Amino acid sequence: MSSLTLIICSLCYLSTLFLIANWAESRSRRGRSSVNNPYVYALSMAVYCTAWTFYGSVSKATTDGIDFLAVYIGPTLSAPLWWLVTRKIIRICKVQRITSIADFISARYGKNRGLGVLVTLFCVVGIIPYISIQIKAIAGSFALLTNQSGTVSSPTFLSDRAFYVTLLLAIFAILFGTRKFEATERHEGMVTAIAFESIIKLVSFVAVGAYITFGLFNGPTDIFARAARLPALSQNFGFDSVHSSGDWFWHCLLGGLAILFLPRQFQVAVVENVDEKHLNKAMWLFPLYLLLINLFVLPLAFGGALLLGTGANADGFLITLPLQHGQHGLALLAYIGGFSAATSMIIVETTALSVMISNNVVMPLFLARPRWRERYGASMSGFVINVRRLAMLGLLCLAYVYYRQVANRLSLVSVGMISFAAVAQFAPAMLGGIFWKRGTQQGARLGLLAGGAVWFYTLIIPTLVPMLLPASLLTDGPFGIGWLNPQALMGLTTYDAIAHSMFWSMVANVGGYVWGSLGQPQSALDHNQAVLFVDVFTYAKTDDSSVVWKGKALLADLQRLLTTFFGAPQANRLLERYGRRNPQVATLPYAPPQLVANAERLLAGAVGAASARILVSSVAEEEPIAIDEVIRILKTSQELKQVNKELTRKSTELQHLTERLSEANHKLQMADQQKDDFLATITHEIRSPITSIRALSEILFDDDTVDHDTRRQFLGTMIKESERLSRLVNQVLDLERIESGKQKLSLTPLTISSLIRDAVDSVTPLATAKYISINVQTNCRELTVLADADWLMQVMINLISNAIKFSTNGAAPILLEATCQTDICVVSVTDQGIGIDPQFHELIFEKFYQTRLAHNYTPATDLRKPIGSGLGLAISKRIIDLHGGNLSVSSQPGIGSTFTFQLPLLNTT
Amino acid sequence: MATKILIADDEPNILLSLEFLMKKQGYHVLIARDGGEAYELIVAEKPDVLLLDVMMPRMNGYELCQFVKTTEGYKHARVVFLSAKSKEADVQKGYDAGADLYLPKPFSTRELVAKVGELTTP
Repeated sequence: MSSLTLIICSLCYLSTLFLIANWAESRSRRGRSSVNNPYVYALSMAVYCTAWTFYGSVSKATTDGIDFLAVYIGPTLSAPLWWLVTRKIIRICKVQRITSIADFISARYGKNRGLGVLVTLFCVVGIIPYISIQIKAIAGSFALLTNQSGTVSSPTFLSDRAFYVTLLLAIFAILFGTRKFEATERHEGMVTAIAFESIIKLVSFVAVGAYITFGLFNGPTDIFARAARLPALSQNFGFDSVHSSGDWFWHCLLGGLAILFLPRQFQVAVVENVDEKHLNKAMWLFPLYLLLINLFVLPLAFGGALLLGTGANADGFLITLPLQHGQHGLALLAYIGGFSAATSMIIVETTALSVMISNNVVMPLFLARPRWRERYGASMSGFVINVRRLAMLGLLCLAYVYYRQVANRLSLVSVGMISFAAVAQFAPAMLGGIFWKRGTQQGARLGLLAGGAVWFYTLIIPTLVPMLLPASLLTDGPFGIGWLNPQALMGLTTYDAIAHSMFWSMVANVGGYVWGSLGQPQSALDHNQAVLFVDVFTYAKTDDSSVVWKGKALLADLQRLLTTFFGAPQANRLLERYGRRNPQVATLPYAPPQLVANAERLLAGAVGAASARILVSSVAEEEPIAIDEVIRILKTSQELKQVNKELTRKSTELQHLTERLSEANHKLQMADQQKDDFLATITHEIRSPITSIRALSEILFDDDTVDHDTRRQFLGTMIKESERLSRLVNQVLDLERIESGKQKLSLTPLTISSLIRDAVDSVTPLATAKYISINVQTNCRELTVLADADWLMQVMINLISNAIKFSTNGAAPILLEATCQTDICVVSVTDQGIGIDPQFHELIFEKFYQTRLAHNYTPATDLRKPIGSGLGLAISKRIIDLHGGNLSVSSQPGIGSTFTFQLPLLNTT
Repeated sequence: MATKILIADDEPNILLSLEFLMKKQGYHVLIARDGGEAYELIVAEKPDVLLLDVMMPRMNGYELCQFVKTTEGYKHARVVFLSAKSKEADVQKGYDAGADLYLPKPFSTRELVAKVGELTTP
């Protein structure tokens, strides 16, 4: 294949990426985000799989069997923990506008500049080799495809293709990574392109793997069966070949920490995160991706070794195997896959690092010098972007130099592991920072320095042997001191180099962190940030953290500062937005602490926490804030929240009370109305008999000529009306006694049968007058109920006389039934009188219901003037209720009615 | 021809006394035991004087009075309410319906006889 074809293909691929990024950004400008989706998020996390995965895993598997899997098992095992760790980091970064891991550590530990610089330095030193192996991978695969030897042959960089590849990548990385000024703004284009690259590398790897496994061999079983016959390969089948379980532990841990703290992983997983919820899906999608891309690693490794011999350059199997079998297209696909793995890593990694360099190293340095600030102040945003561009270019050039000098001599995997071990040094400061409030600046610094020193001594120094350092260093130790041997500190020889370094660096790092943290008291700012980070879910709203600022700045100064960085229109918009929410601001010459803190956070998004701190303190007079005051302020805001909650609760309660009160009031009004109605009805009922009595007596008094019979009739009527009147008065009084609860029943055991007999005896004259007989049926015999004799008799008489009243003369007999079951006695009175329409079955038990019907006349209530007061049933019902029973009716008009009541039987046993 | 007087009340004993009283005065007495009967008698007999209870089944006193006072051919009739409703508002309602007199129960028979006499004197 010619170089020209390859160059054109690479350029086409990069242009495609660029078009995708452009498309995604124009979509996002129209408000249709393409990254607001858990699948894109998970795919972008797959930037974890670099050229190392693509080429290096195969080569590692050829020599060490399944050891290559450790760095994928680590992230897979740690994925469930993301819900605790990554989710919290995402929340903190959103609240604090943190844009890189250096910014995070600097902000957590008192917005300390030195820490930011230290972390950045560490990242650069640790990651440069990692970037360099990407360059190596591209150059190597290029060489393989164009049939040149895989080693660096060019004497000067000017004739080295890798140099031009580096420049090209730098241009593209700059185009992708530095379009936006404020680093908290997401790079939607970049993320979409990365997600696309993840698909490309997966597809190409699986395609080549499938081709070799199924095309050149008869499936994986064939490959393994044949590999088992070769001793060089069969020794790699098990776990126990080269590495101990201790190695496995440290390698897995390394992978688990790298997925969290590699700058590019931090960039895609935290900074570019759109929605915390995407994490839920990514937690299983990402491990799935790792599984898929590792599926063909072993078949490829063994297949390659079988076909090309165990001595061949295994890093290149993916390209050389298809090439040897004339599959140029497939080889090109493999090249593009590897290219995509390398470019995605380089783009994201250099973007993340450049933000660190500009925000945590250059800007604080620059801003601390007022004279520089004045000179370049007007075009600050342009300045920041240019710093980042230069940083990216510088980083790639450094990586190239490293590639030329060192990386060429090491395998892809070993360099990658060294980088992993470097970023793993952030773990104590990061994890301690979000879970341990006592972690301090001193602790973080001490831990990082100690861990970093051990890392450098145990992993970097040995790579300088034998070029810069004598070989005896690794055999006898420095100056012949054996226990200082960089690969066997304290005589620890059971681990491999990486595990050995991890062990000692973690011991030093954690030890330094804890010792430094406990050794000295925390500063106020340190403690303040500690509380905000560890309790981020409590102080989740951005406003809450602002209360711990105590100082004042002139509004005009603050505005000038914002204008410098964001331009006048945007600065004004920011202030206006704040002013709308807090109208009192406009009238004050000084910016309130909240606004100052707000501005600081905005600036932090652009230039980092430490730089923002410097900027803001240049215009604001900050009063020293004591630690207990910070706590007090935080507590006050907590209490305010509590009080607010309490107030809301109280007001809801009050609302409920008001509702209940108005309900009660309504009921009272109803009761009042009922009482009025009752009184009016009684008055009316009393007036009628009085009217008759008065009229008749006046007639008799005025007129002596009234004949004897008429006189007797009138006098008789007067007597009846008087009786009616006194009955009415008695009933009203009864009712009043029952309803007011004043009536006490005098309960005595009563025999049901004798009760019925007595009642029937007293109404017999009435019945006889209408030629109606009364039949009694009972199975109760000697059973007794506990009841008030007078009241119960009144009920019985009322029911029987009602039955008589509403039956026509000579009607069918009235049936009186009493049936006793185990614990209740049921008494019913049945007539075959006029009956009652079902719609009145409830109404008849109300007071004066008949009279009411007359008040509200409708054809359906066509009733004659009632016979009786209209109180009898109402009283009966209440009496039965008082006895713990129930009075009810069943009736059909024209057929008859049955009134039934139950009473509990007296337990005679 | 004797003056026709209609007595409508759902209390039989009041009817008893009023019937006796009015016959004694020489009126031609018609008896109705509820609003419905009263209406039929009014339409059939066109009485000159109506002695009406207010609360009666089927048709109340106000309705009867309104019918008489607004219907051509009946307007000559004089209406006296005899009611147990004695509140100011009830009395006013009676006069609003067009009554000539409203006597709350229990009323004086002497006063009733005198007033009816006045009403029937042209």
